[in-house]
Amino acid sequence: MDSLLNVQTVLSTLDATLRVSTPLILCAMAGLFSERSGIIDISLEGKMLFAAFAAGAVAAVTGSPWLALVAGMLISTVLSLLHGFACITTRGDQVVSGLAINVLASGLTIVLGIAWFSQGGQTPALASDARFMPLELPFIEQIGTIPFIGPFLEIVISGHNLLVYVALIAVPITWWVVYKTRFGLRLRAVGENPLAVDTAGISVSLLRYKAVVIAGVLCGIAGTYLAIAQNAAFAREMTAGQGYIALAAMIFGKWRPVPALLACLMFGFLDAVAIRLQGVPLPGIGEVPVQLIQALPYILTVVLLAGFIGKAVAPKAIGVPFAKER
Amino acid sequence: MQNQKTQGEDRNLPPANDPLAIELRKICKRFGQVQANRNIDLQVQPGTIHGIVGENGAGKSTLMSILYGFYQADSGEILINGKPTKIKSSRDAIDSGIGMVHQHFMLVETFTVLENVLLGAEQSAMLDKSESNAREVLEHLSAEYQLSVPLDAITGELPVGQQQRTEILKALYRNAEILILDEPTGVLTPQEADQLFRVLQALKDRGVTIILITHKLREIMDITDNVSVLRLGEIVSTQRTADTSTAALAELMVGRKLETQHFEKIDNPDGENGIEVHNLTVKDDRGLTRIDNISFNVKRGEIVGIAGVAGNGQSTLLEVLAGIQSPGSGEFVINGHNVTSTTAISPKEMREIGVQHVPEDRLRLGLIKSFSAAESSVLGYQNRKKFNWRMFLNIRSIRTACKKLMQAFDVRPPDPKLKSSSFSGGNQQKLILARELDQSPSVLLVGQPTRGVDIGAIELIHQKIIEIRDANCAVLLVSVELDEIMTLSDRILVMFEGRIVGTMKGSDADKTTLGLMMANAMDDAA
Repeated sequence: MDSLLNVQTVLSTLDATLRVSTPLILCAMAGLFSERSGIIDISLEGKMLFAAFAAGAVAAVTGSPWLALVAGMLISTVLSLLHGFACITTRGDQVVSGLAINVLASGLTIVLGIAWFSQGGQTPALASDARFMPLELPFIEQIGTIPFIGPFLEIVISGHNLLVYVALIAVPITWWVVYKTRFGLRLRAVGENPLAVDTAGISVSLLRYKAVVIAGVLCGIAGTYLAIAQNAAFAREMTAGQGYIALAAMIFGKWRPVPALLACLMFGFLDAVAIRLQGVPLPGIGEVPVQLIQALPYILTVVLLAGFIGKAVAPKAIGVPFAKER
Repeated sequence: MQNQKTQGEDRNLPPANDPLAIELRKICKRFGQVQANRNIDLQVQPGTIHGIVGENGAGKSTLMSILYGFYQADSGEILINGKPTKIKSSRDAIDSGIGMVHQHFMLVETFTVLENVLLGAEQSAMLDKSESNAREVLEHLSAEYQLSVPLDAITGELPVGQQQRTEILKALYRNAEILILDEPTGVLTPQEADQLFRVLQALKDRGVTIILITHKLREIMDITDNVSVLRLGEIVSTQRTADTSTAALAELMVGRKLETQHFEKIDNPDGENGIEVHNLTVKDDRGLTRIDNISFNVKRGEIVGIAGVAGNGQSTLLEVLAGIQSPGSGEFVINGHNVTSTTAISPKEMREIGVQHVPEDRLRLGLIKSFSAAESSVLGYQNRKKFNWRMFLNIRSIRTACKKLMQAFDVRPPDPKLKSSSFSGGNQQKLILARELDQSPSVLLVGQPTRGVDIGAIELIHQKIIEIRDANCAVLLVSVELDEIMTLSDRILVMFEGRIVGTMKGSDADKTTLGLMMANAMDDAA
């Protein structure tokens, strides 16, 4: 038991929490932009997966993490635009379109991966200069000697790769954009009452396209993170449902950035704990099967969404295509 | 076309030196087979209030939608302040100084009033700066036109009257010089409507041109300077309001002479109770009290009308009595059957015990749009023997029955195979009423029987409701149209925030008193 609760363990669990939460946070913010505009985005998963593949492939071929990041964001944005075209321009069913993208990404990444790299759907393992590597904050060693707060900063906050910090910064920026800017005002309005937006002289379609493009870019970063920052290669189905968990976290956070962040951190924390608990006997219970622990975040998702969070009020016009003809 | 002659009445208008605020020339618009607007010529003098009247489906809304850039005309010209103007979107309309208050408000309910006003008219990319500027301008505007609205309140939580003012503020904030109001008084109490008219008068005095679309002729007579009548997509008359009368306008709207409806009122019916409600209280899912401890009765051979501004519990009351919602606490006796929350009666059973219901929202509860008229005409009664053959529906007998109903209630076109959605609102309503009255109900619950129904159909619907009363049926009528309540009811109850706040006999009801009751302002007036 001691080994579970000492300071070092707690801090490193929190450290792991941040690492696992990063793609969740990025995807949750992506979903928030899309859904606030009235477009249901269950394709977070597929976009992230395809971005991970693109980033892994580009990094393997060019050796540049930056080009890989661009590729990840680009492919995810293209998929976003495809989703946008289906939902906004042709007024298709948003869930069906999202699902189609997920299926497409799941199959196509494997097919292309096998065709190009012949490693069973994986991309080649990357050298460290083709990845985003951990950054140490300046003077962190001196700061680490400060009691209490020092080790926290040194172990939990410092030593992550760039994209982790991007995810953390994305939250206040999202908050600021949504609540403090003209674009945000219109974004919130178009998800609630697109007709009001249209009669105010603003193009509903353009606004929604902007929102899904932002979602695409953020998903792209998340995918890139998975393939070339958290891991050293793309592996088939490596998103493993994290896009759905991010969506759940965003709904759990009631379409608001800060509560969504907290939900992501909670899911991340559970994941981190699950990793740590593997093979550790719990008092009175004994050793818990690994599979059960790994299933914990998913079980919690279901339980929470099934009603523990109270009634989540979605943007009113979500999922409804906008048409002004009668 | 014989109608074209009447357009000559334009010459009655005073000559103007200023260019016309709005001039429409030969506007045409067609939706598929329907010619919604045909060769519309309209001239609106600057600084006047111009009324546009017409029945539902006469093309009023289409015309205004064209003016506001919602649709584009197939042909024709629009001149704003004498300049030919292309209006391709709401943005173009706003830029030409046109503001519109839609019948269904174009507001984001979760926004504050300030945010709603700002939407689309933000002065900078950052909200804080736009907000402080707007706050100043709006406070000035509110004071000038007595349009006070709490700027930081959540719009959806405000009463409709204030939401409407928000819409007007929105238009004024965008410097609208021409204000179009589409059926603005439908949701207001008579007092709120008067207040609106004072605002419009103040706007007119400051040079704003106002177009008022309504089907309430009394409002036209009260406030407009000129009035145009639309019928079947064409303007059949434009004249000075002072030169015409409600009767003349009604005739122009319908295209034939209308008899004023007057029904005998039954003052003290001696029948037994068809409905008896005792201390009924109903809460909704969110725990809000929709019906607050009400008791009343409806006798056989009597029409009891429930008046009130929409959303004061009338809809809930109807649904509870029809068995759709469960009664919370309290009880009611309907056609001899006692109902409490533990002895609820389903809508299906209600039908069987002689309680028929003509729902408020006919498209949600009354019929199924994609069904044929024949199918819609047996909804709820589809299990009756005569409509079935073994395990199948007997389509032929259903069609025959439907045809009979259509003839009795003058449903047009009388084609049972036509999709329900292809009928006009009035004809849909006649079909539903026919279906329910065909059961010879002992208790009839009717909600908004003539909402979105044209004048011709209103006559027939009212006639049929009176007939069923005279056949000794207990009728509970819910309507937000005060005129309708007063025309039909033998007794009137007024609901406000779930309570019954007033009772009047139909024979001595007057609009002012009822209006005050509807706003629960009797004490203030006294």
